Amino acid sequence: MRVDADRDVCIGAGNCVLTAPEVFDQAADGLVDVIDPEPAPHLEQSVRDAVVRCPSGAITVGGPGRPGS
Amino acid sequence: MSEVADVPVHMRRTAFDPTDELARRRAAAPVSRVTATMGQVRFPTWLVTRYDDVRAVLSDAVSFSNANEAVRAHVAAALGEETAARVELGGPSLLSYDPPRHTWLRRLVAPTFTVKRMYRLRHRVEAIVAEHLDAMEVKGGPIDLVEAFALPVPSLVICELLGVPYDDRAGFQRRGEAQLDLELDFAERRAVEEESRAYMAELVRRNRAHPGDNLLGTLVRDHGDELPDEELVSLGILLLVGGHETTANMLALGTLLLLRHPDQLALLRDDPGIADRAVEELMRYLSIVHTGIIRTAVKDVTIGGTVIKAGDAVAVSLPSANRDEAITDDPDVLDLTREPTSHVAFGHGNHHCLGAPLARLEMRVAFPALLRRFPGLRLAVPFEEIEFRSLSVVYGLQSLPVTW
Repeated sequence: MRVDADRDVCIGAGNCVLTAPEVFDQAADGLVDVIDPEPAPHLEQSVRDAVVRCPSGAITVGGPGRPGS
Repeated sequence: MSEVADVPVHMRRTAFDPTDELARRRAAAPVSRVTATMGQVRFPTWLVTRYDDVRAVLSDAVSFSNANEAVRAHVAAALGEETAARVELGGPSLLSYDPPRHTWLRRLVAPTFTVKRMYRLRHRVEAIVAEHLDAMEVKGGPIDLVEAFALPVPSLVICELLGVPYDDRAGFQRRGEAQLDLELDFAERRAVEEESRAYMAELVRRNRAHPGDNLLGTLVRDHGDELPDEELVSLGILLLVGGHETTANMLALGTLLLLRHPDQLALLRDDPGIADRAVEELMRYLSIVHTGIIRTAVKDVTIGGTVIKAGDAVAVSLPSANRDEAITDDPDVLDLTREPTSHVAFGHGNHHCLGAPLARLEMRVAFPALLRRFPGLRLAVPFEEIEFRSLSVVYGLQSLPVTW
């Protein structure tokens, strides 16, 4: 899985940080910072939840990421 | 109190639940017409009831505007243009702006409400909660939980964050409740809005002179040139009212709900580890904000198979969406151990609640602390005597007499 976030769309609600803190953080300006763009397989469900819960639709996932994920 | 017949369909509840009428509409007529109320004005609006449709409306800022044009037009037709300029709580601000202005303003305040900033506030929130529980213990029951706990805790937190003197609470709590009251006629609304603006204008003036170590001071220091006083006043009112009325009603209504579900109450009291998901479930189940801002369609758009015409008013039912089977199994069952859902109690789209991380923190701290301090907490009056707020933007309780 490959995780991308569009900081031009992000509103800084923080739902991604609450849902998948291993993958997302907020930078000093409050907007999203993807700290693990190729998360391990066991984190993929929480990333998918974060995509659904992102109010602004800023997060996208695609493949492939790291081998085996 | 209003008679039930006066309460619009989308604001009717049976204690904790949306009415069967909403469930029927969700099944048979997911996008239908209702009559909304604001003061002495009644106007038609679409009501969107299904989870997927609600999210579609809230995330489409191109088709649906928050700028209140539809509501304003109905109020103007009934009461004139000058009155119609007063449909927004605190004046035009974040809630009623569309992109790009909304994006600009939201980004100025976003750094204050990040999840990490809220984690750093945790100790202070815990201390505030403990102080109020201490005071309750000293005073002894029976006591009004709204007055002793649910209202003062979030009030003090938002005062410290925003830079509002807590000693002024009697005034801003009274005004906040009035500003959310849809029964208030427009003459009363005008009076309370003017009072509210005068109060916040004085705080802005003080922060212009000596910027404080709080959100108002930070905004003045970092963005004082691009933010005129009018903008700061509107934003300050919005954050002050939004910061205490919502969490206060969740704490009161949530406590009453738990008292009516002793098995669920015991789960949360005995295992604080479930606090995070318990709060999500309480938010989903109670969905205290009925609709949020009524949108205006800016072009013809089809939602749930229904054509909505440009200029029409569109309300989304958050409690209905959160009881839709599309969101979770057995949505009418309260289950504090439920896997967190992607509920819309904080809204969705660009106008998703700015203070959500703060509200979550306050509830995650307050509910378990209250239940653990008073394991024998119980109602001090029969359940049937509890008064629910029926015609407010935010559903909740007038008072909650409890003892232990």
